[in-house]
Amino acid sequence: MALATNTKRRMVTASLVAPAVAWLFIFLVLPFIAMLVFSVGERAPEGGYQPAFTFAQFANLPSRAAAFWNTLFLAPVGAFICLIVAYPVAYYLAVKANPRYRLLLVSLVIVPFWTSLLVRTYAWMYLLGSRGIPNLLSMVGFDDVRILNTHGAVLLGIVYGYLPLMIMPIYVSLEKLDRRLLEASADLGAKPVSTFFSITLPLSLPGVMTGLSLVTILLLGEYLIPQLLGGGKVFFIGNALVDLFLQSRNWPFGSAIAVTLVISVVFVLLIAMRIAWKIAGTRQVDLV
Amino acid sequence: MPKHYRENAPITAAQFMDELMRLKRGSVSRRHFLGVTGLGLASAVLAGQTGLLSSPAFAEDLGKQMSIATWPNYHDPATFEAFTAKTGVAVEVNVFGSNEEMLAKLQAGGTGWDLFVPTNYTISTYVKLGLIDPLDMSKLTNYSPATETARFTAEGTISGTTYAVPKNWGTTGIALNSKKIKTPVASWKDFFEVAQNEADTRTIVHDYQLTTIGSALVSLGYSFNSVKPDELAKAEALLVKVKPHLYAINSDYQPAMRAGDAWMTMCWTNDGAQLNRDVPEIKFVLGKDGGEIWSDFYAIPKSAANKPAGYALLNYLMDPANAVKEHIANGAPTTDSRVLSLLPKEITSNTIVYPPDGQLTPLEFGAAVTLTDPARAEVMARFKSA
Repeated sequence: MALATNTKRRMVTASLVAPAVAWLFIFLVLPFIAMLVFSVGERAPEGGYQPAFTFAQFANLPSRAAAFWNTLFLAPVGAFICLIVAYPVAYYLAVKANPRYRLLLVSLVIVPFWTSLLVRTYAWMYLLGSRGIPNLLSMVGFDDVRILNTHGAVLLGIVYGYLPLMIMPIYVSLEKLDRRLLEASADLGAKPVSTFFSITLPLSLPGVMTGLSLVTILLLGEYLIPQLLGGGKVFFIGNALVDLFLQSRNWPFGSAIAVTLVISVVFVLLIAMRIAWKIAGTRQVDLV
Repeated sequence: MPKHYRENAPITAAQFMDELMRLKRGSVSRRHFLGVTGLGLASAVLAGQTGLLSSPAFAEDLGKQMSIATWPNYHDPATFEAFTAKTGVAVEVNVFGSNEEMLAKLQAGGTGWDLFVPTNYTISTYVKLGLIDPLDMSKLTNYSPATETARFTAEGTISGTTYAVPKNWGTTGIALNSKKIKTPVASWKDFFEVAQNEADTRTIVHDYQLTTIGSALVSLGYSFNSVKPDELAKAEALLVKVKPHLYAINSDYQPAMRAGDAWMTMCWTNDGAQLNRDVPEIKFVLGKDGGEIWSDFYAIPKSAANKPAGYALLNYLMDPANAVKEHIANGAPTTDSRVLSLLPKEITSNTIVYPPDGQLTPLEFGAAVTLTDPARAEVMARFKSA
């Protein structure tokens, strides 16, 4: 009897998990295997893929070193700047804002998502182009300020585009903060600054780490913002991939880069988790 | 708004936004989106209405929708609107910056294009790969081979079979803002020199291997079409050296030139004519050391979903009365003498559009090998990621 119940329970679990497993297998594992197979192949004479077994594609990776460097440098830097901008906003929303308006303010953070990122990035192209902000600056004496098509413009676009993704997790972790801890801290004579650094900040670290890794991982695959605000000159791995699949039609090399990117992402994630555990002094930080 | 209206609506506002976001992300097809939101039905009804009002000129069922793949700033939007008004077929326009990208999309399959605009040197590859159909000339009654200029139409016909008919010809030259750049620019050698000096951080090159690598080769004294490794290596070195001085690598250069963000760019005839028409200080020059002369064609992909509409639009565009409006709007020179005779004098006498023959002599047509040559593709990709 007990056995039957057990089997039944297992069946239920299996059937509940099955759709997710099938989904992951079809849309994650299979494509990754296809990518691995392609990455050891050769470019067909007219472009595309032809079967082979060679590591030539991986040997060619250094030719995209600049793209890897841009991505691996600008993604964490962008995420970190996002954090610096997002934290005070999240703090205000969760701690300082009048509870009556809190929901409204939080939804205002989300509102930009209602418009496509493409359209918003196009808007930035006009703002940063010479008829936009540089034109205003020249009226107050700063001539020939160049913003569009620079690394700075790409960074600005990144911070703008991903800010809500950083604010939300920090807001959630700050909102759960037990106010009595802050009162206790003040009661014991701590100044607001030291209360912040010894109570508020450590308790919000899970949110911070979630935000950081979320934004970093998404940035590692970024294509649109560098393309539009970098003028095709600031090249991310995403741009290198688009080029290899849509212009050079070199699928094997594209696959080799994609495989390398996936492995780098996993690596970055593992390091981030390590750091998170260390800082939080616990093993309960969920990153994703 | 009365309540019953909402109840009868095919979809709630929230669901509509949800579906719209899915469409934008590319998670669902346009067809799915139109289906679930009821917009498909709405536009079908509207389109059907127009069809009923106009004369049923086409015996064949043309459907409600077709799509064309073409180049930036290359058509008069009014042409497509007039076509839709006449036939009830809505035209979706997809814009590309290079032949490579069009080829890549067709190779991958499922483009949904019913008509597209390949350049002369690519057609033999499309035929070889079986990606385009021979044209059924009986459906192109407006096309007139006798009045076409053979020099620009020859590559559309392969061993006696016509696969593509010409749209227009043109050149790849240099557009520059004469108010900003005082150094004379008369060749591609000058172009790359000035790009590193007077036009530092103000120059655009195409996001397109043929013209960017080709022009760099020409500036070094080599053929526009070279695939020789040592010559390509020198062209790559030049491009990588110039890259920090560039404003952008982009085939859609009109916005930046018009705004004054960029002062000099590689430029196709039609864009040169449009820019000069609207901003007279932007001049267009051809390299005296060489460069590209080209003709663009219309072809129908084998995978086209709505071939009848593809043929209908093509035939419509081949009608000189319609073609002449296209040429006036986009500024590209025509290959058809019927159209030439209809064009106003200020266009036929415009030396940007119809330069003196002597200026065309050093120019070269693109060669088929450049489209598929892996070395040229890789040089371009390395230059961009440098």
